[in-house]
Amino acid sequence: MRAILPGLSPASGLLPTQPDVLVIGGGAAALCAAIAARRAGASVLLLEEAPRWLRGGNTRHSRNLRVMHESPSPLSVGVYPDAEFASDLQRATGGTTDPALARRLIQGSAEIADWLAGAGVLFQPTASGVLPPSRKTAFLLGGGTAMVNALYATAERLGVLIRYGGAVRDPRIGQGHLDRIHCQQGSDTRTLQPRTVIVCCGGSQANRDWLRDQWGDAADGFINRGTPFATGEVLHALLRQGALPVGDPRGAYLVAVDARSPNDDGGIVTRVRCMPAGIVVDASGRRIHDEGGDTASTRYALWGQRLAACPGQIAYLILDARGLREAPPSLYPPLAAENIAGLATRLEIPAAALAETVARYNAAVRPPVAGADDSDWRTDGLEPPKSRHARPLIEPPFGAWPMRPGITFTYFGIAVDADTRVRLRDGGTVENLFAAGMIMAPNLIGRGYVSGLALTIGCVFGRIAGAEAARHARG
Amino acid sequence: MPVDESLAEARRVLGICNVCGYCNGFCDLFESAKRRPALTDTDLAHLANLCHGCRNCLYACQYAPPHVFAVNVPRALARTRQRNDAEYAWPRAWSGLLAQEPRIALLVTGGAIGLLLGIVLIGVPPETLFAAHAGAGAFYRILPWWVMVLIGVLPLGWSLLAIGTGLRRYWRATGAPEPITAPVLWSAVRDVLTLRNQRGGGPGCNDLDDRPSHWRRWLHQTLLLGLLLCLVATLTAGLYHHFLGWQAPYPWLSLPVVFGTLGGIAMTIAALGLAWLQRREDRTPTDPAARAADRAFLAQLFLVAATGLALLAWRATPAMGLLLAFHLGSVLAFFLLLPYGKFVHGGYRFLALVNEAMDRRRGDARARGP
Ligand SMILES: Cc1cc2nc3c(=O)[nH]c(=O)nc-3n(C[C@H](O)[C@H](O)[C@H](O)COP(=O)(O)OP(=O)(O)OC[C@H]3O[C@@H](n4cnc5c(N)ncnc54)[C@H](O)[C@@H]3O)c2cc1C
Ligand code: HEM
Ligand code: SF4
Ligand code: SF4
Repeated sequence: MRAILPGLSPASGLLPTQPDVLVIGGGAAALCAAIAARRAGASVLLLEEAPRWLRGGNTRHSRNLRVMHESPSPLSVGVYPDAEFASDLQRATGGTTDPALARRLIQGSAEIADWLAGAGVLFQPTASGVLPPSRKTAFLLGGGTAMVNALYATAERLGVLIRYGGAVRDPRIGQGHLDRIHCQQGSDTRTLQPRTVIVCCGGSQANRDWLRDQWGDAADGFINRGTPFATGEVLHALLRQGALPVGDPRGAYLVAVDARSPNDDGGIVTRVRCMPAGIVVDASGRRIHDEGGDTASTRYALWGQRLAACPGQIAYLILDARGLREAPPSLYPPLAAENIAGLATRLEIPAAALAETVARYNAAVRPPVAGADDSDWRTDGLEPPKSRHARPLIEPPFGAWPMRPGITFTYFGIAVDADTRVRLRDGGTVENLFAAGMIMAPNLIGRGYVSGLALTIGCVFGRIAGAEAARHARG
Repeated sequence: MPVDESLAEARRVLGICNVCGYCNGFCDLFESAKRRPALTDTDLAHLANLCHGCRNCLYACQYAPPHVFAVNVPRALARTRQRNDAEYAWPRAWSGLLAQEPRIALLVTGGAIGLLLGIVLIGVPPETLFAAHAGAGAFYRILPWWVMVLIGVLPLGWSLLAIGTGLRRYWRATGAPEPITAPVLWSAVRDVLTLRNQRGGGPGCNDLDDRPSHWRRWLHQTLLLGLLLCLVATLTAGLYHHFLGWQAPYPWLSLPVVFGTLGGIAMTIAALGLAWLQRREDRTPTDPAARAADRAFLAQLFLVAATGLALLAWRATPAMGLLLAFHLGSVLAFFLLLPYGKFVHGGYRFLALVNEAMDRRRGDARARGP
């Protein structure tokens, strides 16, 4: 292996200007890329814009990855064959998947748990007995932050030079080659000319201005569930330099989160999940959709889109005491009141309208016919209907969770070839520029989602990009 | 931190964990907290003792400070333990001693050693005190047998009573109503022997920083083993004295001396090792008061073990008299302070593990159906 970085001790504050491989980002994709490239013998510099305590992007917030396994494993029950993964991907993304990348993803996923374990990542075996049963995904012991810690420790041990708090800006592409890039640390800007670059800096979900360009004022009502550093600066700069875009700029994976959540980084605990236990009304006090209708795991994302369409991007899940008892634990307590009028006052929505909505709903509720399932309570003649779990809201006290759309990632990124090399709008690729993780995930998921996919994309393509970049750099 | 703030903080933090649950592979705490969503004061007392302070869930937490959610489970629960140890102390009026642990430990230990030194310096003629003694009954020429028994039995009896009362109150508050069965006990004993909850689901604790290791766990068990060996040494010595009529000091290869030596060495090494870990560890996640209490207790254990070993090494020299006074003084202080310091965690933690084993069994029975 080559010296860590010629002429520079890792302790020195200076940045090497010509590393073999520059990795931009600090989440799963970046770390896997850096480790793979370093193991292939390249000198590697990793620039993470976040400070050390916030390192790891959205990866910090995640829990499981989707892995193909043809035989039962300690990490996931049963089997999840290649063909099933392929058809899940096809179905969930509405056929937007690039077939060549899908092949690499699925094959790579079969090895990724072992590869990560070899890099120090710990998984939680199903035998621990405390996991939701999962055939298609493997769970990280302690979640994504534990994984991020393990990967940073391994990268450091291998001699990857890591710098926090430095933003990468202004990549310059000429003649199918990335010539230079800037790194900004405070007021200090440095020009780097790395042999190869891997961009792993996520999507644009934290960029308010950009979101406003796509969504208009509605963007102001969004809450960013993950890292504030996913601003897409590098992505958009590369697109301006001629890189080929992929996906839908207005596409976003939105879920319902508590409206009181912090603007960024609230993570997994801000979700509101128990719509079937009550009714959802908008700021005018009227119901917006069938709360009992969704059953698939996509229901979280469906509510995110519905909230984005609400006036002011806010709505309220209203429950009575019975629903409150059934609700899972929540980050913030529900806003409670002894009667519906009091609740409306607390929520600052028209009391008469809410009272009428609840009264009409209660009047329309029909218990299940004898012998039917207990969930089979439904409304009769109500618009919109509530098709399951339609219990009347009668037992005080009443409670409400205010909800907003929580943005998780964007479906807009940069096109890559099967080796993760960045493609150009006018054909061809940038020979020394690679991309991995959410920045290129829209090649595989133009819309839709299935759990554990994003992390697998990050790890599998990070690993591939690292190896390819090292090969290119060492020529 | 004032009393109820520590409970409020633990409730707030575990409330977030109950929504998240990412850490449920590290230890039993997270599933146990899920089964107790109301997180009442007694729930928190149980949960605090279930947490083995390994800190894995702190380094793994996406909400660890400086995040606005500021989730630090080990610190919140260390504070809750501090608070509960005081709440369940007996007599209640003395619970203040716990809050002052380092200072009290210093005072009582100094006082006890001073007392014993005083007794021998005043009560024993210098030509006896500073002579080299050999053969059976050598120690009793410095202090009569009954004085030694008094020094042992009286404070120990009191302390066991106080600890027992605390434990009974604790179990009444947190424990399950049904009787404790043998399988449950065995499960809890196994959890103590392996410190299962301190294994972080396998890789070990974050002893020093964000990398896992098993050092703390091994050192703690060495300490436990050392204490146990010393106990066995004392008991065999008692048997020798009462039933065989053999008088201390016993020969180097006799059971009491072998057990005592091994136990003393184990305790000394383990206490030094744990103190070293404490000095080197990342301090941000821990509670200063709890750390100070740990240090005070470690110092006491070290003193008891080290003076015992010194007595053994120089028992045939003229230094024996003073060393004996030193050792007995530190033992006296150790016994006196048992209910008012870190030692009590052993009992509370054991009961928490019993409780947890019962809970799990009940859950299994429910899952199997009637
Ligand atoms: C709450 C939540 C839960 C999730 N749970 C799961 C899950 O269980 N399973 C799953 O598969 N996926 C999950 N996801 C999605 C998944 O975490 C991410 O999509 C995935 O981790 C992305 O990895 P990445 O490396 O591409 O990007 P990230 O992990 O987001 O990393 C991007 C990195 O780039 C850095 N960066 C950005 N711009 C710059 C710049 N200009 N210069 C330098 N650095 C920069 C950022 O600081 C960050 O470290 C979840 C997402 C959220 C928000
Ligand atoms: C049921 C038996 C016991 C259990 C389950 C147990 C468990 C634990 C745990 C989990 C810790 C770390 C968290 C904390 O600081 O509280 C700890 C610390 C400690 N224990 Fe125990 N313990 C037991 C008995 C004992 C006994 C009998 C001793 C005395 C020899 C002892 C001495 C110590 C010391 C000195 C520490 C502090 C170590 C440090 O500095 O980190 N323990 N114990
Ligand atoms: S400690 Fe943090 S990561 Fe672990 S369960 Fe609690 S909130 Fe979740
Ligand atoms: S034992 Fe460790 S992982 Fe479990 S709660 Fe305590 S510090 Fe967290």
